[in-house]
Amino acid sequence: MSRNKRLIYLINIGLVLILFAILTILEASGVFTRYTMSILRLVCINVVLATSLNVTVGNLGQITLGHAGFMSIGAYTAGLFAKGVEIGGQNGYLIGILLAGICAGIFGIIVGIPVLRLKGDYLAIVTLAFGEIIRVLIEYFDFTGGAQGLNGIPRMQNFSVMFFLAVICVTLMYSVMTSRHGRAVLAIREDEIAAQSSGINITYYKTFAFTLSAFFAGIAGAMYAHNIGTIGASVFNYNKSFDILVMVVLGGMGSFTGAVISATVLTIVPETLRQFNDYRMIIYSLLLIMVMLFRPEGLLGRKEFHITKVVDKIKTKFGKHSVEGGS
Amino acid sequence: MSNHVLTCNNVGIRFGGLQAVQDFNLQIEDGELIGLIGPNGAGKTTVFNLITGVYEPTEGEILLAGTNIIGKMPHQIVRYGIARTFQNIRLFDHLSVLDNLKVAANKDMRYSIFSGMFRLGNFWREEDEIKDKAIEILDIFGMSKHANKLARSLPYGEQRKLEIARAMATDPKLLLLDEPAAGMNPTETDELMDTIMLIRNEFGITTLLIEHDMRLVLGICERLMVLNYGKVLAEGNPHDIVNDQSVIEAYLGKGE
Repeated sequence: MSRNKRLIYLINIGLVLILFAILTILEASGVFTRYTMSILRLVCINVVLATSLNVTVGNLGQITLGHAGFMSIGAYTAGLFAKGVEIGGQNGYLIGILLAGICAGIFGIIVGIPVLRLKGDYLAIVTLAFGEIIRVLIEYFDFTGGAQGLNGIPRMQNFSVMFFLAVICVTLMYSVMTSRHGRAVLAIREDEIAAQSSGINITYYKTFAFTLSAFFAGIAGAMYAHNIGTIGASVFNYNKSFDILVMVVLGGMGSFTGAVISATVLTIVPETLRQFNDYRMIIYSLLLIMVMLFRPEGLLGRKEFHITKVVDKIKTKFGKHSVEGGS
Repeated sequence: MSNHVLTCNNVGIRFGGLQAVQDFNLQIEDGELIGLIGPNGAGKTTVFNLITGVYEPTEGEILLAGTNIIGKMPHQIVRYGIARTFQNIRLFDHLSVLDNLKVAANKDMRYSIFSGMFRLGNFWREEDEIKDKAIEILDIFGMSKHANKLARSLPYGEQRKLEIARAMATDPKLLLLDEPAAGMNPTETDELMDTIMLIRNEFGITTLLIEHDMRLVLGICERLMVLNYGKVLAEGNPHDIVNDQSVIEAYLGKGE
């Protein structure tokens, strides 16, 4: 690892900590109400959801509409685990979340292998159907609480834990997508035939991306279940899948930072617009239309937002030499 | 017999009622540079697709250094040592030039998903190695100045070159070039001929190429093979081939 890279890592960690410090101070000083904090917790969950869908939609380049299905598997796994096994507190929470991710990941493999033979619209329809099947099955079985849903899941609304969970999830997804495995996935998005004749095992890497995506959707589902305490299958219908997809498309397909930003904005905006209740959805839709008109490739396109690039830009703007070669 | 890189024995493929390739026999020796020519629709690209595993032949056998490669998936055949380029450029457009090569070198990288996720020691080691290797290849092609540009931002000639460079990054024994000079101007074609000769002379890589540009074919190929209606029409020394009566008829038709 070169010194330059290490510096960038440290800067990024520093920025995350600063952001966390600001949010904590605002909470402690009472500027943020309990209501604001509940929105921020939702932001954490949605950030994980949007970035995890970004792996399939943005990086692998396949539209799936069943993401809420994986989320619900995670939510129910964590819910049932927490109710069935008496490991309370932080540890139980973390074990449950990991289990939820693994469970959703297994479903990702099972669904992915047959379904990923399809592409484009066909894949979208099949995953949509998959999401609905999951929902119907959850309502059908008794151990999931049926149509009444699952009540009394131990609450875990600690913002610090959720914030750092989200940070860790996004970081892990980003780092795996910038490793050799991620490059292979990107190559498949760019040109399947060329990827294959460059020695990339298409089936393997497609399933890999799909499973990774499902794993983190499961984690987000588990965070959701513990945050809200009560879950019902109807929450995880195709509307939820579309909401997540909108976040990814708006942020720019293939951009993790874009997904983080748009997930944050699209969670906060509808909530702040609650006072204009009648016009809420109109404003929300107008916002989406405007973005798609003026930035059809999404807010950030395929690019990532790098703090070092910003620093470089500012430096060149003020006539100083850029930092290149300075290390 | 032992130094045959590739052997095709009576290879044929039938798509329903159409016999696209029939009784195709080819023996390529180590280090040879062979041209495959023929009128449009003769089955040249089909032959490439058969060799690279895109299609499975309905008859015959294909041996790579003695191993039968029929029934293998295209990505497995790359591991056996066959790399190819495409008639219409197929690059990873939104990846950088360097990443295009790194993708091709992926088959030789070993670090696990876990190492990649948590950035363990072997991630950094292998990534450094692969970067050096990719830069080395780019240097040979005179393209290292483009390393961090997006592949699609390169001019046409450079994109063609990058495709060959990417194929080289898979460490092939046999390189298949599908109309490498298509759409190039004479200067670019000259440069391409130099590149192909360089690959052959510096690395001793056996090359089979499809081309319509006779200047390139006659300029660099040592042996030519003419395909017409899926059958081998003639084979041999380039200058004999272009004067062969049956070949001229295949291209231009029979005079009255």
